[in-house]
Formats: sequence, C-alpha cells, structure tokens
Amino acid sequence: MWDWRVKEHSVLGPQKERPEVSFEFNGQTLKGLVGEPIAVALLANGIRHLRVSERNGRPRGLYCAIGHCYECCITVNDVHGVRSCLTPLSEGMVLSSARDLVNRPFRKDSAAKWTRREP
Amino acid sequence: MNRDLIVVGAGPAGINAAKVAATYGMSVTVLDENLFPGGRLLGQLHQKPNAKGSDRWWNGLEIAAKRIEEAKRVGVEFVCGSEVWGVFPGWTVMVQSLQGGQTYEAPRVLLATGAAEDPIPVPGWELPGVMSIGASQVLVNVHRVRPGKRVIIIGINILSLTIARELTLAGVEVAAMVLPPPSETSGERANFRVVLNQLLKVSHLAPSPFIKFVGPRIASTKLVEKVARFYPLSGMRVWGIPIQLRMAALEIKGGDSVEGIVVAPVDGSGHLNTVRAREVPVDVVCIAGGLYPLAELAATVGCQFAHVPELGGHVPLYGPNFETTAPGVYVSGNITGIEGAEIAMAQGLAAGYAICRDAGFMKKEEGDVKLAQACEEIRRVRQNADIQFLERIQEGKAQLARLWESYANNPR
Repeated sequence: MWDWRVKEHSVLGPQKERPEVSFEFNGQTLKGLVGEPIAVALLANGIRHLRVSERNGRPRGLYCAIGHCYECCITVNDVHGVRSCLTPLSEGMVLSSARDLVNRPFRKDSAAKWTRREP
Repeated sequence: MNRDLIVVGAGPAGINAAKVAATYGMSVTVLDENLFPGGRLLGQLHQKPNAKGSDRWWNGLEIAAKRIEEAKRVGVEFVCGSEVWGVFPGWTVMVQSLQGGQTYEAPRVLLATGAAEDPIPVPGWELPGVMSIGASQVLVNVHRVRPGKRVIIIGINILSLTIARELTLAGVEVAAMVLPPPSETSGERANFRVVLNQLLKVSHLAPSPFIKFVGPRIASTKLVEKVARFYPLSGMRVWGIPIQLRMAALEIKGGDSVEGIVVAPVDGSGHLNTVRAREVPVDVVCIAGGLYPLAELAATVGCQFAHVPELGGHVPLYGPNFETTAPGVYVSGNITGIEGAEIAMAQGLAAGYAICRDAGFMKKEEGDVKLAQACEEIRRVRQNADIQFLERIQEGKAQLARLWESYANNPR
C-alpha cells in the first residue's frame, strides 16, 4: 500500500522514532510527528494545497522546502505568514490556510472555489 | 550579544570554519534559519564512483552529524530557526526567529549561505505539487515523506540526475527527465546538444559500465553529433529512469494540484513539434534550473560583486584570505561559486584559519602556513571531486582571483 511517509529506506535505514501529536488544519484534526516541519506533517496527510494566491485565488503549496520562496506560508495559532517548511510541529497547533486576500482586485468566484474557508 | 565571530549558515563551510575558529579560542555562534544545522549536506545521498564497500555511499546526514559534533565539542554555539535579515556596520547582525528578534555584535562575520536554485518558469508551475528539485531531495531524504507518487523532472543536469536516483530509492516513480521549453529564459538548458555534451562529461558517474567508459571519451568530440541525431525519443534509461533529451515540457496541468504535464518532442534544429504534444499523468513536477550563489546578505552589506558565469552567477569579490571588500566580512562555501560539499568543507577550514590569523588568535606565521596548506587542500579536493556542477569552475576561480588583484590595486 502506498504511503506518503518513507517508512523503510534501503540506504538511509530507519528514521529516529518520534512521538505522534495532534494538530488542526482548517478545522480538521490531523496527526503528525513532533518537531517535523508543519508542511511535512500536512504532506504526510496528503495535503499539498497550503494557501491561495493573493493575485488570483488559485491554490499554492510548497516549492523550495527550505524557506527561500515563501510559497508555503500559512497561519499558525493566529500568526500570519509563517513558513510551514521551517516551522516545527507541536501538540495542539491550530493551522489555517485561509486569510483575507490583499488589496488586488480578484475574482470572488475563483477565490471562493479555491479557498477552504466557509463562504 | 557580543562574539568574536558570527557565522551565517550552518552548512558544510560554516560548520568547519566555526570549528577552526573555536579551536583557537574565538567565541563563535553559527546562525541558521533551518530547524537544525547541516545545510544542504543533510539531504545528500549518492554513490561514489570509485569507492568500495561501506565507503560507496556519500551519506550527507552522517557526515554533517560528525562535523557538527566536532564543532560543538570545541565550543561552537549553533542557533537554529534564526534568520539573519540584515548585517549593519559594526558589524551588527540582525536575527529573526519565532521567539522574536535578536542582535549580535561581532568584529568579524562569515557569510556561508550557500546556494539557491534557479527556477525555470513553465505554465502551470504555481500548482501545488510543483517544486524545485532540491525540495524533493529535502522531502525524501531529510523529512522522509514522498512529494507524490509519480514525478517528471524538468531540467537534466548532474544535480537532477543525482536526485532522480534518490527519489527512486525512496519509492517515488520517476516517469522521465525532460528539458524545459525553449525560450530566452531557459536558454542553453533547453538545448539538447549542450545538455547531452554536459551529461557525457559526467558520465563517469553512470552505473552502466558502457556509459562509464564510452561517455567521457565521446564528450566534446564530433561523435556527440551522431549520438544527438540518433538519440531515441523515449530516452535512454539510467537507473531505470528515461532521460528524454529530445522531449520538452510545455505546460503543467491540474485543478487543485498537479495532475499531468504536457510534453512535446524537439527536432534536430531545436524546434518544438507541438503537433505531437501529449499529456503525461504525474502528480509531481520538479524543476531543475541549476544553482547560483545565495549572496543577498553580501550585497546588502555593500560588498563588491563580479558576474562570473563559470562560478554560477554573481559572486562577492574575495581575496586569498576569503575576506570581501567589506573589512571583516568573509565568505566561504557555495556563496563563492557552485561546487560540491567536499570543497565547501575544505573552504570552511581555510576561511577559519584566515579569520583566526587576521583576528590575532593565531600567530601570523602559523596562520600563514595553515592557510596555505588549507588552500592547497581545496585545490586537491577540487581536482579529485566526484561531482562537478560547473564545467569551467577552475577558470571561474582564476577569473575571480584576477578580478581581486585588480580591485586590490585600485580599491575604491
């Protein structure tokens, strides 16, 4: 069965054991490993759509994974613009992809289609 | 907080420079925005062509752990999750972390910030599931998650080939490696003859004994043209991965995330045959446009730069002691030009000796000798390196040395 996590690796061997913690993403309760980047915990749950473009409301996700591009920014415990690829997961974190889009005019219908927040 | 030396970047160069500095009594803090130290070493995993047995694999994670341990043992302080957003005259190093802002003061700063990836924009590249080739390496090797089930890689070079192998080792299917669409932006990266020649030059790393023997001997000869003309559209397989030098990516498609990629063949004159375009189902696309020195901090400090394509782009000018045109600001590692981690580690040691000597923590005579030996070691490591990212790196280094000489004779 295909798994998002690499449980066995023929050269690198097993990963160090880490406790599982619960966290919330857009109201959904999920599980991840403590200390791993938030974006990784989301990916392990099959979630790659992290935010929407401020320009056109289209879905966006991780691009560089090392903090250079800022594509992976989400809201963490009410703090906006947090790079999910560099921020470690902890128990009870409340994450959200939705936030008010910035000043540019955008098509309300496309934003509503792609934003996870209730209209 | 005051230190004798602040190192920005806990990669192979930064760790080694800090280790040397601390060994000779300097108070050193290494700052890095990542969750843990090690830089890009952490995700590296490849087979060394001439090594045997347990030496066969270059395991960056293990190597990083050893170097970090050595550095900590001599008193180096690593502060992670901390982004250096500014370096101001003093030198005052401004840091931002999740805990808030901090300031460090140090007479000497070493910028060892490494490299960044040069993206090649392709229509549809904003979709979730499109990422840099380096991102896929970090995900599978460092974080042990798969980016998706089936990948196509745009951009064929030594780095993307290495990572393609790492992806298959982690159970991700690499459907093919293709070229970017021809454009002014993609330039030579979309030229299959140029890419073929570059691949042949590094073919001594290929698993196939035939390619390993024949490849380097064909490179840069008239035979390349024959190989180019008869190169199959379906690609030749290396590690089971089709390397489709005659196929170019046109557009990435998907609704919520990547669902497919449209590719088309490129004819002998480099023209796209869009009539024969077809959509390949994939859920991940990796873009591999090459690396360039990540030198933004050096620019904000006011260091003089030179554009040296043989080194990977714009690099800060630096002298034989690794000091830039800003007094007390040094550079080491990929910020000085794109090379492998082994060279970065050797450069780190050399910069460490230079800094200790310049700061008076080593007697000048001893410092001169240690620096000279360390620089000789850099040259030796460069000569014997397994992997060379840039064909004309030696020329690049020579060019930079000439530019420094010019600067030193007419400082502005």
